[in-house]
Amino acid sequence: MALDKAAVAHIAALARIRLKEAELEPLAAELSQILTWVEQLAEVDTADVAPMTSVAAMRLPMREDEVTDGDRRDDILRNAPQSARGFFAVPKVVE
Amino acid sequence: MSRLTELTIAEARTGLGAKQFSARELAEAYIAAMERARPLNAYITETPEIALDMAAASDARIAKGETRPLDGIPIAVKDLFCTKGVLTTAASHILDGFHPPYESAVTEKLWQAGAVMLGKTNLDEFAMGSSTTTSYHKPTENPWRKPGDNRPLVPGGSSGGSAAAVASHAALGATGTDTGGSIRQPASFCGIVGLKPTYGRCSRWGVVAYASSLDHPGPIARNVRDAAILLGAMAGHDPRDSTSAALPVPDFEKALTGNVRGLRIGLPKEYRADGMPAEIEALWQQGAQWLREAGAEPVEVSLPMTKYALAAYYIIAPAEASSNLARYDGVKYGLRVAGDSLDEMYELTRAEGFGAEVKRRVLIGTYVLSAGYYDAYYLKAQKVRALIARDFAAAFENVDCLLTPTAPSAAFAIGEKQNDPIAMYLNDVFTVPANLVGLPALSVPAGLSADGLPLGLQIVGRAFNEEMVLRVGDVLERAAQFTHRPSFIAGER
Repeated sequence: MALDKAAVAHIAALARIRLKEAELEPLAAELSQILTWVEQLAEVDTADVAPMTSVAAMRLPMREDEVTDGDRRDDILRNAPQSARGFFAVPKVVE
Repeated sequence: MSRLTELTIAEARTGLGAKQFSARELAEAYIAAMERARPLNAYITETPEIALDMAAASDARIAKGETRPLDGIPIAVKDLFCTKGVLTTAASHILDGFHPPYESAVTEKLWQAGAVMLGKTNLDEFAMGSSTTTSYHKPTENPWRKPGDNRPLVPGGSSGGSAAAVASHAALGATGTDTGGSIRQPASFCGIVGLKPTYGRCSRWGVVAYASSLDHPGPIARNVRDAAILLGAMAGHDPRDSTSAALPVPDFEKALTGNVRGLRIGLPKEYRADGMPAEIEALWQQGAQWLREAGAEPVEVSLPMTKYALAAYYIIAPAEASSNLARYDGVKYGLRVAGDSLDEMYELTRAEGFGAEVKRRVLIGTYVLSAGYYDAYYLKAQKVRALIARDFAAAFENVDCLLTPTAPSAAFAIGEKQNDPIAMYLNDVFTVPANLVGLPALSVPAGLSADGLPLGLQIVGRAFNEEMVLRVGDVLERAAQFTHRPSFIAGER
């Protein structure tokens, strides 16, 4: 699959990574090269194969639905770039 | 006293128990070595005060006769493990200033066992790489150089800081993580031992996530016995990781019986891929010969899907990474770049905070998971992964473990392969399959390249049979008698 500049810009928008105009062309070439390379998987017949969803042959464990941790607001906010009145602070979203 | 940094973990344990030296003296020797190793840039953060406090606690327990399994053993921690109150960077700009409010499960176990933390080691950004050159905190150098050639070499990656620290005697052992070879390939490049345990053996809780179905914490050490000792302290069930195995932890040291008589050792014929360098092929055959002389029986096996493993990996790993790395948004921790809107703040933060390789993988991952492409890429890769697992299951019906080279080359120069992502990805050709299927795999230094650089051999075992892998690795290590040393040693001679 060859990606063009517009496709790279679209993917970058989905991934929330701002790219400069000058970055689009080289990234389109690099990503296209990687995608072309991984497309060799098309050779493999997987018609009757179920996709692998778990590495270990195990059932996910169940536990009681109860609180085991908490009351650590200040611990958690300590790493925030910006916080206010016990909340994470972000640029205004709603006018 | 002057040779404390020459001891193995097993020897240091004996010396501490016999009160020949104190944990404090051992910690001081390693703190001095860590300082001398600074030109390698193996550590991102040094924690000498913590090391001395932990050593004092070990000395107190030893004095009271309450010695724990790793009391006084100074180790380095890959800076992908969260350490409570200690800067944790994942070698990324985007985690600037992050001081986790909690301790990772594996490091918590190590400290409970009495180990002493020297510091946090360098890695490829978010563990994405095979050279430790993509770190925001500058590349790590391999303590090895080619004789007669002064160019700095990569230590491999992504656990390159841990491998360089252990190889240069600036740590007695270290933690690593292995998503596609990130413990084993640097161990091979630095002439030491690295073990990727079975998926589920060591908890991933508190390890900065790269690709969750492929990430494996594990030990890096100077010999197989030390790796067995470290694994014993790192392993065990942890309910906070839903994929952690509820299995008892064996005494891995007891597995080192020196006896491999009658074991069947599989040599996957597909690994003899086009263009395998002659010296790698020769070392592999030598390894098989050593095991044959020890009474094991090398046999050829077939893993037909081998040639597709790398391509499947480079769909699945970026897909999982793009999802895991969505959390870096400039809100909760780390870097924030101001923007006029919330979306602009996200985009500018992630543009500045992620390096080129991380962006590449997040973009690939976003693409292969996006509407219309999910089936063609991600689902297809997970089907191929199922076929790879079938290959391994069939092979293990006839053999007890597999023997392969660890990497297709010795260490390369810093800067080489930097502009060709696929050439860099090919470093992992022999290590990636064990990640896709979660099997335990060990790299043991086995010889030198024509250029005088270390080369490793890999042993892959059945799920949760690290004991077999360690037993065979120990015999291989004894046969190889790898006593070569890197050109730079930070510890005292």
